[in-house]
Amino acid sequence: MGDISHPHPMLLDQYKTEDFFDEMFTEDGGIRPHYQKIADCLRSLDPAEHRGKQTAVDLAFMRSGVTFTVYNDDQGTERIFPFDLVPRVIPNNEWEKMERGLIQRITALNLFLHDIYHDQKILKDRIIPPHYILGAKHFRREFMGFNVPKDIYIHICGTDLIRDRQGNYLVLEDNLRCPSGASYMLENRAALKRAFPALYRSARVQQVDGYGAELRKVLQYVSPPSLGSTTQPNVVLLTPGVFNSAYFEHAFLARQMGIPIVEGRDLVVRDARVYMRTTTGLVPVDVIYRRIDDDFLDPTIFRPDSLLGVPGLVHAYRSGNVSLANSIGTGVADDKVVYYFVPKIIKYYLGEEPILQNVDTFLASEADDRAYILENMEKLVVKSANEAGGYGMLMGPWAPKAEVDSFREQVRANPRNFIAQHPISLSRHPTSCEDGLEGRHVDLRPYILYGEKITVTPGGLTRVALRKGSLVVNSSQGGGSKDTWVLQGDS
Amino acid sequence: MSDLFQQKPITTRRDHMVMLSRVANSLYWMSRYIERSENVARLLDVNLQLMLDFADFNDQQLKEHWLPILCSAGDEKTFFKLYDRANSENVTEFLTFREENPNSIISCLFTARENARQVRDQISLEMFEAINECYLFLKSKNAHEVWKFGAHDFFEQIKKYSHLFQGLTDSTFLRTEGYEFINLGKFLERADKTTRILDLKYHILLPSVADVGGAVDAAQWQAILRSASALEAYRRFHVEDIIPNKVAEFLIFSTTFPRSIRYCLQRIDAELHRLSGKERREYRSQEERDFGKLLSDLNFITIEQILDTGLHQFLQGVQKTLDQLDDHIYQEFMYHPPVDTEAEIFLQQQQMQQQQ
Repeated sequence: MGDISHPHPMLLDQYKTEDFFDEMFTEDGGIRPHYQKIADCLRSLDPAEHRGKQTAVDLAFMRSGVTFTVYNDDQGTERIFPFDLVPRVIPNNEWEKMERGLIQRITALNLFLHDIYHDQKILKDRIIPPHYILGAKHFRREFMGFNVPKDIYIHICGTDLIRDRQGNYLVLEDNLRCPSGASYMLENRAALKRAFPALYRSARVQQVDGYGAELRKVLQYVSPPSLGSTTQPNVVLLTPGVFNSAYFEHAFLARQMGIPIVEGRDLVVRDARVYMRTTTGLVPVDVIYRRIDDDFLDPTIFRPDSLLGVPGLVHAYRSGNVSLANSIGTGVADDKVVYYFVPKIIKYYLGEEPILQNVDTFLASEADDRAYILENMEKLVVKSANEAGGYGMLMGPWAPKAEVDSFREQVRANPRNFIAQHPISLSRHPTSCEDGLEGRHVDLRPYILYGEKITVTPGGLTRVALRKGSLVVNSSQGGGSKDTWVLQGDS
Repeated sequence: MSDLFQQKPITTRRDHMVMLSRVANSLYWMSRYIERSENVARLLDVNLQLMLDFADFNDQQLKEHWLPILCSAGDEKTFFKLYDRANSENVTEFLTFREENPNSIISCLFTARENARQVRDQISLEMFEAINECYLFLKSKNAHEVWKFGAHDFFEQIKKYSHLFQGLTDSTFLRTEGYEFINLGKFLERADKTTRILDLKYHILLPSVADVGGAVDAAQWQAILRSASALEAYRRFHVEDIIPNKVAEFLIFSTTFPRSIRYCLQRIDAELHRLSGKERREYRSQEERDFGKLLSDLNFITIEQILDTGLHQFLQGVQKTLDQLDDHIYQEFMYHPPVDTEAEIFLQQQQMQQQQ
């Protein structure tokens, strides 16, 4: 894009879209209609004023402890998750399609989980080669034939979406274990409303505040059937503890729902029932929103060295006396190899075409694909099947040769553990940088809740790679976030 | 294995007003440490100002002055590991900034904030912000700058954080069980600190018989009152010179001054009864009965009787009763037998085997 002439040559003055899909600007430099109000606002804003607002927001986050902990020495340092003031905007028509796609996807994945823990029809019908599932790291054979309350496995899902060069939304990964970040979606919104009250009001944005209440309803809905429908269940949030980097989020969500936050040591199992240790004795617990991975839940079943979990918890769960959200064993469905099959999974269970597309993926364990991957490794993004947070990943085009070679060895040694994709140049979004606004790559994580009905909170967490040119949006690796506006209308 | 079954009773309460033992513990210590930091700040502030009037003190005199303060507010052994001389600078630094001292102002407030973080789903956002702001202030360079510019302003700031936090607790915290633990922490700490402030006179304040009634003596008694925020309150009660007996009487017996030992004990008594649900004067354990006895003693004995048997002995007795009560509160409400993970795993596995 060339120069754009502005009535007020300031924040957007030097902005260049370069060769990327830009969320705010069209290819010929025009403002997309749903961004018009924001562009007007940014143009009327003096850069100093903009910086002032940013400082005020950062201070407020620091003061109220909206932070995560970074461990680089023995003392944890608390940092705010960098928040960029320019909001990301999605018109309602785009959102409605995305919402339908997400509901379709979670519905199919939930049916898939039920199937592979029961009849395994999808394996018998040879839609997915059985070894991929039976040998998956997060497949829990102990739970074959086990029925979860209301047949819901994935209560909380945070799906990562990106946009390609043409602006199509693609699913990058499904996070079906303990997706985090919903608290930042809510805190970012609150911060943005404080910083730009007039703009927010005039833009007519759909609300996100309902997330806490909706999550509480989901948790209550899946309470153990033995409790009966008239008894109010005791719901708790199980955290790894105050040293976990997401502890703020755990405390935040517990507050939103008005439920206690507990650590493993606060719980005890007696006669296959879970109790919490209170000042008046042991009080029964019915539903646990756990923010601990399967492996750590119960040292008697999974990792015996886990100090975070509760001995006997799985036994209580199997006995139907306590419900867990998400259910145990959902990790098999967000294995990156299974990701490859999700379009087929949707078609198999729902008889529908996928509304949201996957990124084209090569499976290292298929001979042809493997040969292609090994030959073209410098051009590909290679990912481990079960890592999260941007770890265990090779960005071929940008990686030093030694790293490429190391991945080549790893792929040869353990092909089941790797997939590869062509790099997608994620869409970019105007973002505050040293010298005014510049384009930075973004993704989007909407939050889907599955209870009596499936709801997608209109918005989500837009993560932004703050380093120039970087495609990595993870908070542990230089990522920040933005408020995400889904408009009530299309512009 | 038998330990495993010595659990607390199982209740069937299904409401959100139950309180985790861990939470009760954190609320209690959060509150105690904030009260403690305020008391240390006041004690140092008053004594630094007092020293301005005695600029010609030699090392020995300085030591005689600061050592008891060190004993009442911190740990003498740790101090002498870090410093050679007990002068104003060293003692003040030790009691304010040294993290090696678990009772320094900075340690108290860091611990209070860590406890607040543990229970931030329980306390109000306002309360968390107040303690967090204090923590960020102490972590910042600004804290040292304020300190260098003037110790008095620094201590003022610390006291204000405590007042802000306690005020916000009063105006934003639910009147549930948690409130009782916060008050127990506050008043136990306050009563204990008042005994220690009053006891200072026993240690230092009579360097020689000749000094009794002299200028030093009067200034020191005044310092005692100011250390307990009690000077003006005392003057309203006793429109006369500061008389040692009257000061002791005021700080022990007053029913209206909120830092007197008796007032604090009355508040503790009320909170204990609210927690137990028992009638007034009914107590559940030996520790509570000892506490109740101390409280009623204060209704019947006089300051003359205390001075006859010895003020120091009396104050030590109060401290001991409070220590025992602290331990009792922990045992009664916060302690659950620790889970022996290995035995627990063994038990669970056996239970599972029985059912398959």
